[in-house]
Amino acid sequence: MTRSFDTGGAPHLPPQTTVAAVMLQVLLALVPGVLAYTWFFGPGMLIQIILAVVFALLFEALMLRWRGWPLKPFINDYSAVVTAVLFALCIPPLAPWWISCIAMLFAIVFAKHLYGGLGQNVFNPAMVGYVVVLISFPQVMTAWLPPLALADYSPGLMDSLATIFTGQIPVAGGWDAATQATPLDTLKTGVDAGRMVPEIRSAPIFGDYGGLGWEWIANWFALGGIFLLYKRTINWHVPVAVIGSVVLLSLPFWLADPDSNPFPLQHIFSGALVLAAFFIATDPVSGCVSNRGRLIFGAGVGITTLIIRRWGGYPDGVAFAVLLMNMAAPLIDRYTRPRMYGE
Amino acid sequence: MKGLPSFKHGVHPPENKDITSGIPSRRFPFPKEVILPLSQHIGTPAKALVKPGDRVERGDVIAEAAGFISSTVHATAAGTVKAIELWPHPNGSMAPSIRIAVDPTSSQMRRSRIVPRWQDVPEEQLSKEIAKAGIVGLGGAAFPSHVKLCPPKDQPVEVLLINGCECEPYLTSDHRVMLEQPEKVYDGIRIALRALGITRCVIGIEANKPDAIEMMRKTKPDDLDATVQPLTVKYPQGAEKMLIKAVMGHEVPSGSLPSAVGAMVQNVATAANVAAVFETGHPLIERIITVTGRGIRKPGNWKIPFGTKLRDVIEHCGGLTEDAQEIVFGGPMMGQGQANLDIPILKATGGILILTKDECKRQDIMPCIRCGKCLEACPVFLNPQLMGALAKAERYEEMVEEANLNDCMLCGSCSFVCPSNIPLSQWFVMSKSQLRKLAS
Repeated sequence: MTRSFDTGGAPHLPPQTTVAAVMLQVLLALVPGVLAYTWFFGPGMLIQIILAVVFALLFEALMLRWRGWPLKPFINDYSAVVTAVLFALCIPPLAPWWISCIAMLFAIVFAKHLYGGLGQNVFNPAMVGYVVVLISFPQVMTAWLPPLALADYSPGLMDSLATIFTGQIPVAGGWDAATQATPLDTLKTGVDAGRMVPEIRSAPIFGDYGGLGWEWIANWFALGGIFLLYKRTINWHVPVAVIGSVVLLSLPFWLADPDSNPFPLQHIFSGALVLAAFFIATDPVSGCVSNRGRLIFGAGVGITTLIIRRWGGYPDGVAFAVLLMNMAAPLIDRYTRPRMYGE
Repeated sequence: MKGLPSFKHGVHPPENKDITSGIPSRRFPFPKEVILPLSQHIGTPAKALVKPGDRVERGDVIAEAAGFISSTVHATAAGTVKAIELWPHPNGSMAPSIRIAVDPTSSQMRRSRIVPRWQDVPEEQLSKEIAKAGIVGLGGAAFPSHVKLCPPKDQPVEVLLINGCECEPYLTSDHRVMLEQPEKVYDGIRIALRALGITRCVIGIEANKPDAIEMMRKTKPDDLDATVQPLTVKYPQGAEKMLIKAVMGHEVPSGSLPSAVGAMVQNVATAANVAAVFETGHPLIERIITVTGRGIRKPGNWKIPFGTKLRDVIEHCGGLTEDAQEIVFGGPMMGQGQANLDIPILKATGGILILTKDECKRQDIMPCIRCGKCLEACPVFLNPQLMGALAKAERYEEMVEEANLNDCMLCGSCSFVCPSNIPLSQWFVMSKSQLRKLAS
């Protein structure tokens, strides 16, 4: 009998799950939200997702090559795909194609690989990519079309493709006529101009809680998030802390002065808050590792978002809030070391 | 199963115990030769008392304990001492071992001895008798049992915990002991209780062995203050500290022995073998071993004499399948992978596991994504993620000071849940041995 046997160390059983399986589960959980998005805003978003994924994989492959890392298993761990999809969900559906290119360059090359690659990035790559293009190209990044239900012009697949690749929009009056301020933007400029919140909210762009359409997209993302909780891919700590802190902090403001402060549910169902609570702030790599740390991290994201929305220069602040808390994560980890058995 | 006592964290590996749990144990044929390493236990290796050419009977002392924390070694078969030489040991080293050519004409009867009734042996003498019989903990660590029976004077033991958890997947040897030798287990309990001068005993059994729970309940003597406690099925329920937490609700302070909370833990197989010493004068020369996994053709539970070579065991169990990939001494979570088929079975070998390619499918090792699953798995609440990063950077001292490496029991739960398949527990084994090297 001349055979050789593996002598790897214990445990000798295959691991319960893999990085790729975790990432695939996240992508699966995003499907309902993406479908809802397409329903309310047209197929532009799907094109943006494809564009971002292609650029992300391209830069991922280039960087792996350049760093001398094997393409397999890193290119098919789906981490770059998750980054790309999360980014695409944050940008206007008809943004020009090169926005994705620049954002993924910064997300994958700078935020991910120059920090050491998978697992080493301090900052959430999708949010780095988003913030870079948001700050650099504010005009295209705020060119949102209203939901299809309110729009005179609803671009189909071919129109969306043409707009994304040429930058031209087939509407009389061009971009200025086609686009409209987002609900959060409307709210911010309205409050800044001294108008009352109930009065602002009577505009057709608002729904029951958040923006028209937006609130339903948020619901579907929350459903995906609950799937991830059920599958134990994420823990409840971050989503509960993000949403809970927003409710708790906005409640006294609203109670004290409902005319100049939106009510808590409006904060939850506006902008990217639900998406962030379940999918962005839960990124394990750039977040906290212990559950107690995750509570603090999530609360930090919620509170910072509110501060930016209320007093900052941007209508939504989720991306900045996540990046700021990314910086604090190692410190939080240090002060939330779990109690040891028998200690 | 809900509501049964347990501990926090832990993991749920696939059990795979049904391969052998229903197979009664049978006597293994005596091999042509047995190899008995002088070190089959934690502590100082024993000192050989025989020389090549000596004739030994089954059960004779062939090496005596060297000091208090050490253990006696007995001949596990009658025959002639061939050599005392270095031989491959399951721990990967070459270790001094006594090689005995088994006498094929011997009836393998034990030399008759006068056996004292344990009830007549003075309490303080009991642990000496147990030491003479070479009894060590059969749960896996092989710590000399007589040492445990003499707890520190300032930490009196109040409860004896009998460990019938057998939380390692695949293994069923303790399960068979409880089904086949419950009276022996109870006699062993009485002896340990007498040695410790206490009366209270709790037998902890994972709820996946309902027949063993029932058997232990049915055979419990009425006059014995013992409780059979079913426990949640969760790995590592059978670790000393986890069992104590589940049964008593206390945590053993970091760096302390179980006696710090008034407990002493003994494995069911150990208890049964202690009883055998006083019933038959039979020292520890064989035990029930599970030979299992999908890579062996005829899995089963066997009473195998120590020193039998792995090769002989495999051959008698029908040989390996084509896709056998790994051979493990012990369970899949903590056992040691073996490459050399000449290594002998030791006192601590509770199972021989032969895994096929499919069972031990190795995945790519990816970087840590800090998902925190390892923190949620660690039964002693360490941060394996941080320890792994420090181990990778060879910052071993920091692993002790900042991350409490010393409290890690190497149970493998962190590696098992890691989506990146990082061999954390292997790194911790290595770090501990590096630290030992630095210390000496």
